[in-house]
Amino acid sequence: MTQMNMLQAINNALDTAMAADERVLCFGEDVGVFGGVFRATSNLQQKYGKARCFNTPLVEQGIIGFANGLAAQGSVPVAEIQFADYIFPAFDQIVNESAKFRYRSGDLFNVGGLTIRAPYGGGIAGGLYHSQSPEAYFAHTPGLKIVVPRNPHQAKGLLLAAIHDLNPVLFFEPKRLYRASVGEVPDEEYRLPLGEAEVLKEGTDVTVLGWGAQMEVIEQAVDMAEKDGISCEVIDLRTILPWDVETVANSVFKTGRLVVTHEAPLTGGFAGEIAATIQERCFLYLESPIARVTGMDTPFPLVLEKEHLPNHLKVFEAIRSSVDF
Amino acid sequence: MTTTKSRVVYTPSFTDGAEFRIPTFKVLKQDGSLYKGAKAPALDKDKALRIYRTMVTTRILDERMLAAQRQGRLSFYMQCTGEEAAVIGSAAALDDADMIMAQYREQGALAYRGFTIDEFMNQLFGNELDYGKGRQMPVHYGSKKLNYMTISSPLATQIPQATGYAYGQKLAGDGHCTITYFGEGAASEGDFHAALNMAAVQRVPVIFLCRNNGYAISTPAAEQFAADGVAPRAYGYKMDVIRVDGNDVLAMYEATKAARSLAVEHNRPVLIEAMSYRLAAHSSSDDPSGYRSKDEEAVWREKDPILRMRLWLERKKWWSEDEEKQLQETMRREVLETMKRAQKRPPPPLETLVTDVYDEVPPALAEQYEKLKAHIRRYPDAYPKSAEHAKGGA
Repeated sequence: MTQMNMLQAINNALDTAMAADERVLCFGEDVGVFGGVFRATSNLQQKYGKARCFNTPLVEQGIIGFANGLAAQGSVPVAEIQFADYIFPAFDQIVNESAKFRYRSGDLFNVGGLTIRAPYGGGIAGGLYHSQSPEAYFAHTPGLKIVVPRNPHQAKGLLLAAIHDLNPVLFFEPKRLYRASVGEVPDEEYRLPLGEAEVLKEGTDVTVLGWGAQMEVIEQAVDMAEKDGISCEVIDLRTILPWDVETVANSVFKTGRLVVTHEAPLTGGFAGEIAATIQERCFLYLESPIARVTGMDTPFPLVLEKEHLPNHLKVFEAIRSSVDF
Repeated sequence: MTTTKSRVVYTPSFTDGAEFRIPTFKVLKQDGSLYKGAKAPALDKDKALRIYRTMVTTRILDERMLAAQRQGRLSFYMQCTGEEAAVIGSAAALDDADMIMAQYREQGALAYRGFTIDEFMNQLFGNELDYGKGRQMPVHYGSKKLNYMTISSPLATQIPQATGYAYGQKLAGDGHCTITYFGEGAASEGDFHAALNMAAVQRVPVIFLCRNNGYAISTPAAEQFAADGVAPRAYGYKMDVIRVDGNDVLAMYEATKAARSLAVEHNRPVLIEAMSYRLAAHSSSDDPSGYRSKDEEAVWREKDPILRMRLWLERKKWWSEDEEKQLQETMRREVLETMKRAQKRPPPPLETLVTDVYDEVPPALAEQYEKLKAHIRRYPDAYPKSAEHAKGGA
């Protein structure tokens, strides 16, 4: 075990994967000698050479197109998109190509080795174009997996699982926690399961569900609620697609209440999908309407981001209202 | 930081884009003789005939399948007519283990590799033997065995993928390259520019083959780009480039052979611009009479690449009228017979709706599938193709 922040854990995961398998490659804008603008790929070029860790030209559609071809060839590319906000030029390559490669060829060809890493989320004074949470756009596309870690331990275990998964994976990293989240991380290789939510805390009154950076917010809100005598069950979804319906539904059968929170805007956000599915599964067990605590239906602001973000107070309010319904 | 030393001037001095003009490589005249100073490539009789037979087969397949589409047997089709030399001549210059990442009009390259008429038909009719399991429109072929990447409808997406695929081949050190085909219209997409730039920077063994056939559906090349075709763009990426008469099979073969050695032996990506003409419609859904004249088409019909090669073969005494007649008759018969067979075969099983989305069917999708099966069991008459498959299960 070593004390690491999330960036170090991600770097350690990439190092572990590259050391174990020479087919693993890391590339993207500035990931070479500089180690990425956040330093997630530090020292990888020195260790594994310019052929396996390199800078690409500044062209996201090219990075993912290249990565698709490379994965189809049998390599294991880990492509970095510098900010999730800049993934959209590659949208076509991701939703029409990565996601459909296996299906359209009848499994003659697939890009299962592909992992796309991108820092996402707000709270870093990044404004409109350095703060978005684009998971819902991709969650509408069958064939992709979407994974979001919440701390260094999760980041290493989930990233290694993503790299070894037989499907293309989008790995969204909560950049607000890159250096803020520190914890013990095993030195050896380990993988955490994709497609499985994790129950972080058991409780009886209300289920509180989120992912990534929102888990820290949930933790604070739940502390406040528990002081008020509300027993919360806390779940980290971890994989947005395909998501773990069973774990969430089983929790709601028990608690009868659900609060879902994410940073992305409300309308069309993934909380809507969860709410629809859970009311279908748990309709007769629900004690109150499923609550969504999310970013507003606005572009992400700069100066007023604190007001915009779904913070612990907003989540706490939702827990209260849900229980007091 | 710039990578080239630039001459300095002290008054504004522009370089006119029109200065970049690229010559066209030709070997074979329309009457089957060679241009003065041109040399036929080292092609033995067997290979030359394999190329020729593939060109004829592709033409017959195209004619028959367009007719089948018109009869309502097939939902859609795309012909390669007029571009057989560009596609098959280049494919013949490759090693069979090189990867082909095509656009959609390159059935000739696949036929050259040995894709059978049966295999074409199974895809066109989307039956249970279609490798793509009946999921894509007709002409979206693919073959793992023949190193031919399954076609994808979105235009130009295969171009940066080819760069990536070839980069993997370079790292594997297996001495192979990737060729990617696309039209001059697709060369306007961002993917094209991304692919060439990345290939040049990383020194990737990839051949970019632009079939400049004059039209992107109805948009003529003159409304597609202002420059001297697509070829001059290679200058901007510091990439090797050649323009070839795309109706000249010998020139296409020779140019691609040379491009392959640049790619594989020197890790230099190459752009080939094959100047040709799409004699047929863009697809069976298109009607070229709405945007070009019969006279224009007639000019290009005179330059038929198949006839040109045939005349060359006849001069060499490698081919005769009798052999031509026999090939035409055999192929026509085979196409019709295999079409009937393919059309009769059942569709892919119902479960192919949900397989291959992921490596394993996720629980939520498995649940949707069970619901669908239960629904089909309730209304079997409404789903005659799937009713039998839906019988199993709870």
